[in-house]
Amino acid sequence: MSGNPVYFFIQFLNGLSLGMNLFVIAAGLTLILGVLRVLNFAHGAFFLIGGYVTYFLVDVLARAPGAFWLAVGGATAALAIFAFVIERLFLRHLYERDHVYQLLFTFALVLLIGDMLKAGWGTNVLSVPYPTGFDGATNLGITYYPTYRLLLCVIGFVTAFALWFVVNRTRWGRVVRAATQDREMLSALGLNVPRIYMLVFVTGSALAGLGGALASPVLSVYPGLDAQIIVECFIIVIIGGLGSLGGAFLGAIILGQLTAFGILLVPAFELVLIYVMMVGVLMFRPWGLLGRQEAR
Amino acid sequence: MSTARGAPRSMWILAAVLAALLAVPAAGSLYVTYLATEILIFALFALAFNLLLGYGGLISFGHAAYFAIGAYGCAVLSVKLSWPLAAAFPAGVALATVAAAIIGYFCVKLTEIYLAILTLAFGQLVWAVAFKWSAVTGGDTGLIGVPVPAWLDEPAQFYYFALAIVGACVALLWVVVHSAFGRTLAATRENAVRAEFVGIHVKRVQLVAFVISGGISGIAGALHSIFNRSVFVESAWWTQSAEVLIMAVLGGIHSFAGPAVGAAALILLERLIRDVTEYWPTFLGAILLVVLFVFPTGLAGMARRRAARSVERA
Amino acid sequence: MTTAQVLSIRGLRKSFDGFVAVQDVDFALAAGERHAVIGPNGAGKTTFFNLITGHLRPDAGEILLGDRAITGLPPHRIVRRGIARSFQRINIYPRLSVYESVQAAHIARAGRTFELFTLADRLYRDETEATLAAVGLTSDADAPAGTLAYGKQKQLELAIALAADPRLLLLDEPTAGMSPHETAEAIQLVGRIANERKLTLLFTEHDMDVVFSIADRVSVLHHGAIIATGTPDQIRRDAEVRRVYLGKAIDEAA
Repeated sequence: MSGNPVYFFIQFLNGLSLGMNLFVIAAGLTLILGVLRVLNFAHGAFFLIGGYVTYFLVDVLARAPGAFWLAVGGATAALAIFAFVIERLFLRHLYERDHVYQLLFTFALVLLIGDMLKAGWGTNVLSVPYPTGFDGATNLGITYYPTYRLLLCVIGFVTAFALWFVVNRTRWGRVVRAATQDREMLSALGLNVPRIYMLVFVTGSALAGLGGALASPVLSVYPGLDAQIIVECFIIVIIGGLGSLGGAFLGAIILGQLTAFGILLVPAFELVLIYVMMVGVLMFRPWGLLGRQEAR
Repeated sequence: MSTARGAPRSMWILAAVLAALLAVPAAGSLYVTYLATEILIFALFALAFNLLLGYGGLISFGHAAYFAIGAYGCAVLSVKLSWPLAAAFPAGVALATVAAAIIGYFCVKLTEIYLAILTLAFGQLVWAVAFKWSAVTGGDTGLIGVPVPAWLDEPAQFYYFALAIVGACVALLWVVVHSAFGRTLAATRENAVRAEFVGIHVKRVQLVAFVISGGISGIAGALHSIFNRSVFVESAWWTQSAEVLIMAVLGGIHSFAGPAVGAAALILLERLIRDVTEYWPTFLGAILLVVLFVFPTGLAGMARRRAARSVERA
Repeated sequence: MTTAQVLSIRGLRKSFDGFVAVQDVDFALAAGERHAVIGPNGAGKTTFFNLITGHLRPDAGEILLGDRAITGLPPHRIVRRGIARSFQRINIYPRLSVYESVQAAHIARAGRTFELFTLADRLYRDETEATLAAVGLTSDADAPAGTLAYGKQKQLELAIALAADPRLLLLDEPTAGMSPHETAEAIQLVGRIANERKLTLLFTEHDMDVVFSIADRVSVLHHGAIIATGTPDQIRRDAEVRRVYLGKAIDEAA
C-alpha cells in the first residue's frame, strides 16, 4: 500500500491542509515577533481560546444555519478584543523593559489561560462538528478526500494572499515592513509606534484565534493542545525567518509535508528530528529561509 | 557597591542564615528537612542560572537541559553501569559542563531573541533525546533506583552533604561574580558594543559564563537525582526552565542572593497552594504578574528598598 | 614621515548593498598629530571610524597601526593594539558606577578579563582613580553612569577610552550636543590629556571653532572620498572644499 501513488497524494494533501492551517496561526506569531520582538508563548493559548470559543458558540447556536461560520467569526473577534485588552492594560508597560519580562508575561498568560479554560470546560476532549456542506468528501478523480480539509487549504492560500496584499500593497503594510526592519526609525519618522504595536498584536492574535477556530473540527479541543501548537508554530517561524510572512508560508508547507511523510520515514525519532531541525536552522542560518540577516 | 555601614549588616544576615541552615535537621521535622534539601538544590540552580541572566544579561530559556544532563548523567552511570556515586556524580557534572560549552558556543553567536530561542530549542532537544532514548534514560517512565551509599541514607546526613556542596558552589559563584571576570561580564551585559571597544572579547566572556552556569546547574541536577533516588524526563521539559527563570525574577535578578530567596519562596508557595487547590498554575501566573508589574526588582529588591528607607529614617 | 606614522591607510573601500560609503581612501597620521576629519552628514565619517576600529570589515584596502596590519581584525584585538574610541551617541554602561565602568576598561587593558578568582575590589584602584581625576569625574565615582548629566557622560566616554591606554584616540564628534561653554571645557580637557599622554588624536567634528582651535591637520571627506588634506588654513582656502562644504561657515569662523 505504501508504494501506491494515491496514498502519497492523500498524504500530500494531509500535509498541505495541516500546513495551511498552521500557516494562519504562525503568520500571527511571526508578525508579532517581527514587529514587537516579543516571543509570545501565549500564542498557542490564544489558538486554544479560539477553539473553545468556537465550541461554545456552535453549542449555543445549536442548529442555526451557518452556526459554524458565525462561531469562527465570533472566535476571531473574541481574540482580537482579548488581545486588545491585554496589550493596553499590561503588555505596553513592558516594551521598554528587558526582554525577559515580556517573556515572563506571556508565560504568565499561558498559565492563567490554561487554568481558566480547564476550569470552564474541564479536561475532556471536546469535539466540534464539521460545518454543514463541508462534512463530506470530495471526488478528486483519483480519490475522495475530506472536503473540509480541502477548504482549509483554500483558506490558507486566501489568507496568505490577503496578508501578502496588505503587507506589500498598502500603506499599513509598508509601515509593518519598516517596523520589522528598524523599530527605532519608526518613531523618528513620526509614526505612532504604540498604535502600530497594538494593531500588530491584535491582528496576530486574531489570526491565532482564527486558526484555532478553523482547526477545531479536525483536531478537537482539549487542554495541552496549545503546547503542541506553539512548538509547531515556533518551528515554522524559525525555518521561515522571524518576521517574514513568506517564510512562514514556506515553513508551514515544509513542516506540513515533513509531518505527513516523516512519520512514515523515521517513526521512532521524528520527535528528536523536529528539534534537531530547529537547532540546525538556528545554528547555521538563524534568520531562516527568508528572514533578515540580523541574527548575529 | 556595599558601603561600610552595609557590610557588617549583611555579615549578620549571612551568619543568621547559616545558623538557621545548620540547625534544620535538629530543630525541624523530617518533612522540613526534605523541604530544606529541595530548597538548597533549587537555590543553587537558580543562582547558577542568574550568572547568565542577572550578571551576563543573557536569557537562557533551556537551562533545564544542564540540570537534566547532570541528573541523568549521574543516574544512568550509577544505575545502568553501576558506577560508584563518587565517580558518577562528577561525571554527570562533567557532561553538563561539556553540554554547556557546546550549546553556549553556538548560542553566544546570536543576539538577544535569537539566543533565547536557540537555548529553548536546545533545551527541548535534550528533552526529546531523554524522552526517546528509553534504553538509556528510561524514556517517559524515568530512571529509578539511584544507589545511595549508607553514609548519605539518612535525610539529615544527605541534607548536610547537600548543604556542604551547595555552600561551596555558592562561595565559588560569589567569588566569580566579584572577580575581574565578573566585573567584565557586567560590562558586557550593560553595553556589549562598548565592552568590545575597550578590548573585551565579549563572546568568549559570555561563553565562559555559560560554562560555569551550566556546570553548576549540573551539580544541582546530580544532587537532585541522588536526593530523589530517581530522575524523570519532566526535569528537562521547558516548564522546568521557566520555573528557574521565575525563581530568579521573583527573588530579584540584580542581587546576588535574590534567586536563592526566590527559589525558597516559590517552593514554599507551591507546597502550600498545591495542598489547597489544583489551580497552582493560576496562582503562579498571578504571582508572576504581581512581580512583573509591582515588584520588578523582586523580593530582594523590596528588602533592599525597605532597608534603605529605614537607614534614611535613622 | 613614514617612521613616526601611527596610522597608514591605503585604498580603503566599503560598500553597503551597492552604496559606496568609503571610496579608495589613502590616509596617514603622524605620531602626536591632531587630525580632524570633517565633511557633510553622510560623507562616511562614522563608517571610516568603524573601519579603523574593526567594527566593519573593509571590502578592499589595508590599515596599518604603526607597522603592523590591523585590517579585518575584530574590535577587541584592535583596541589591544592601541586604538581607543569614543562614540558620538553616548555609549556607556547604564547600571555600572562611573568607577566600575573605568575599572572594567583597565582590567581589559591588562588582559585580566578571565581571572575568575581575583577579587575586583582593589584591582587597578590607583589607575582608575587617576583616570577619573584626569577627566574630572572623581566626585562622581560612585554614581551609576546612567544617572549622570549629558556632559559628564561624555567625560565618562573619554575616561573609558583613556583607560585602554591607547596611542591613538578616535573621537567621534566629542562635543556634539554641548553648549559653547561645555565645548570649550571639553576641548581644553582633550588637548591637555593628549599632551600629557603624548596621544595621537583623530576626531570628527561639525563645530568649526573646535576644528580650528585644536587640529594640526584637517581632512575633508565627501561622498566617501577624501577631497582635501592640509592645515586648517590650507583647507579654509581650498576652493574645492569651499564649494562642496564649508562656504559661509569657514568665512564666519575666520
